[in-house]
Amino acid sequence: MSSETISHGHTEEASVHSHDSHEAHGHDHHHEESFLSKYVFSTDHKMIGKQFLITGIIWAIIGGLFSVLFRLQLGYPETSFPVLEDLFGKWAAGGRISNEFYYALVTMHGTILVFFVLTAGLSGTFANILIPLQIGARDMASGFMNMLSYWFFFLASVVMFASLFIQTGPASGGWTIYPPLSALGQASEGSKLGMDFWLISMALFIVSSLLGGLNYISTILNLRTKGMSMTRMPLTMWAIFFTALLGVLSFPVLLSGAVLLLFDRNLGTSFYLSEIVVKGEILPNEGGSAILFQHLFWFLGHPEVYIILLPALGMVSEILSVNSRKPIFGYLAMVGSLFAICILAFLVWAHHMFVTGLNPFLGAFFVLLTLLIAVPSAIKVFNWLTTLWKGNIRFTPAMLFSIGFISLFISGGLTGIFLGNSTLDIHLHDTYFVVAHFHIVMGVASFFGMFAGVYHWFPKMYGRFLNNTMAYIHFWVTLVGAYLIFWPMHYSGLAGMPRRYTDWSNWQSFNQFQDMNRFISTVAMIVFAVQILFVFNFFYSIFKGRKVTSTNPWGANTLEWTTPINPGHGNWPGDIPEVHRWAYDYSKDGREFIPQTEPIGADESKH
Amino acid sequence: MSQVISEQKRKIHPHKFTLWVAIGSILMMFAGMTSAYIVKRSQASWLMIEIPMMFWYSTATILASSVTVQLALKSLKKREMINYRRLLAVTAVLGVLFIVLQIVGFGQFAAQDIRLVGAGSNASYSFLLAISGLHGIHVLGGVVALVVIAIRALNSSTRSYSSVPLEIAATYWHFVDALWIYLFIFFTWMK
Repeated sequence: MSSETISHGHTEEASVHSHDSHEAHGHDHHHEESFLSKYVFSTDHKMIGKQFLITGIIWAIIGGLFSVLFRLQLGYPETSFPVLEDLFGKWAAGGRISNEFYYALVTMHGTILVFFVLTAGLSGTFANILIPLQIGARDMASGFMNMLSYWFFFLASVVMFASLFIQTGPASGGWTIYPPLSALGQASEGSKLGMDFWLISMALFIVSSLLGGLNYISTILNLRTKGMSMTRMPLTMWAIFFTALLGVLSFPVLLSGAVLLLFDRNLGTSFYLSEIVVKGEILPNEGGSAILFQHLFWFLGHPEVYIILLPALGMVSEILSVNSRKPIFGYLAMVGSLFAICILAFLVWAHHMFVTGLNPFLGAFFVLLTLLIAVPSAIKVFNWLTTLWKGNIRFTPAMLFSIGFISLFISGGLTGIFLGNSTLDIHLHDTYFVVAHFHIVMGVASFFGMFAGVYHWFPKMYGRFLNNTMAYIHFWVTLVGAYLIFWPMHYSGLAGMPRRYTDWSNWQSFNQFQDMNRFISTVAMIVFAVQILFVFNFFYSIFKGRKVTSTNPWGANTLEWTTPINPGHGNWPGDIPEVHRWAYDYSKDGREFIPQTEPIGADESKH
Repeated sequence: MSQVISEQKRKIHPHKFTLWVAIGSILMMFAGMTSAYIVKRSQASWLMIEIPMMFWYSTATILASSVTVQLALKSLKKREMINYRRLLAVTAVLGVLFIVLQIVGFGQFAAQDIRLVGAGSNASYSFLLAISGLHGIHVLGGVVALVVIAIRALNSSTRSYSSVPLEIAATYWHFVDALWIYLFIFFTWMK
């Protein structure tokens, strides 16, 4: 083991922690760290993960609050809330949310939740915290790049947050920022300065996500401890690996699209603009194509939904196996289906564009490829259910959220089959059916994966447990609430009720849904309140939670539970443990669990 | 033990590996750009691009810089530190010269009364500007990397002969070179 240090022990300082991975003297004796280097400009992957998580939580509160505000408008279109005018001034004149404000809220809700919470907050958090701990490394391949990744995210957050306060308001053309609306400042208030802030913020965000993704990939491929072959890795690692791969290959394309949009906005070019009249003014732009932007956008946009979902898939697989006290069913099928989803993610973007005048012949291929995603998804569901089957299930909060995730993944996935058909999509496109579909399968399901992860790994992060009573209230209200909010939307969507409208009261055919809308809004507020309970639980438990007394509170096999309860920078005080088996030897040969570090016994049965 | 070392040597340095993944990522960006260009080209009101003469000179410059960075690496490995620093400086200067020549090349369009941006511009020339500009920014990043390496080589209190940082910078440098050659051929081919 020590000979490995000879060959590459004299490299750059940034990689010091990764390269001395097998050094004998270890890392228990630390140099004194200042507050700044420990909590702010930290290069420790665990601290960076926590920074991502807490920033993500703050964004989730803001993004969630926005949805409460616009649900208020949708549920009570005729009522005036003077308090809104006090808070938001001209944006809520007369106590009612103005149209511009509504669009800004919806756009920011989408942007914040999709990118800042479920991309950075989810994979940023768990990739950082789990990768070195689960593969057996001292830290990431480059701790410095990792730190930059967080601070670029922070900068992106600052710019996006600042855009909420400019006079003309933040971007308001939808989170997909389609041109020409987003390209022409004179077209709407939100397309003015707010849009520039949005683009700058997203460019910074993309840089952050690329720096992070590069690091995750090269850490997983290069810094695994002795014996940790790829097929012995926990499924969380596989999921995060594919997530990073998706991000690294798709985000640059969004950047291309955004650069061209910046040109159109600020330099008067015509990439996306052609023959447009705005408010009586004839624009000189000629020959551009707005559809071109959609292609560039959705080439990222579709992989993006898997960037959001895959980490949840991985964490749920791990948590289900640990808490069923059973090996994961079909490990290789799980890896294979992740891979299949990853490949298909790049081949289905045009299913977002069936109604753009896409050639129906071409559309047929995208329908086929889209429906193919049902196959790996079904494999995953089957394997989760068979993992649960006859398991010795422990209903910890993490386990409940994982089971809830499966439920949501099934119900949301089924409606995907409806929408993936180009013929059905003509009717369903831009209706509440779509809203229901992606909120259940991507939004709420990924949130459940994230909650499961937080409940499961909180003891590792802070050395304390979250409060169980609050956790159970959080789970049940959120699960029931999510269904009560989004299930009815399928019906109104099938009836043709369109998205992106502030008020249907003058629209005879959709008046009938007014009571339902009010109901949805009420539930949304209750569910939001329960999320605040979770946030309280989170911060309260960091300081006052029940202390973890054993290194392996869940009886899990993976390497992170072989570290001390509060691991320092470098994770293991002595040698990094060697791995001798896969991560899923539960209930084997009469033993409840066998950690990965235990050598294979002479008379051990094969798994 | 020697066997273990050779086994380790065959394994790629994680930072180098990271660079290769990053190159894949950058390639995706330019793939996005050039495919947008192809799509746009097949639509109405496309102007044929006239590649300015200056681009040939800039191409020659960046090719030459690839040679000098390779020689710099060679010198470093032979511990010829004076040569190494000289070649590093030459490479950085050639990089800057490349960008200057590109800018001069775009200046020539103005003389021919071709608008790159603003009213009356055509997407074909705007594309040329956007794509070459993005490439130029990547070259600039390489120059910064070389300057950082050079400063470290001069300032560091401990003598470091590790060639890894320069190897990484050189790989990146060759990449932006090859990327430009690809773009150059692409623009000439797909007017």
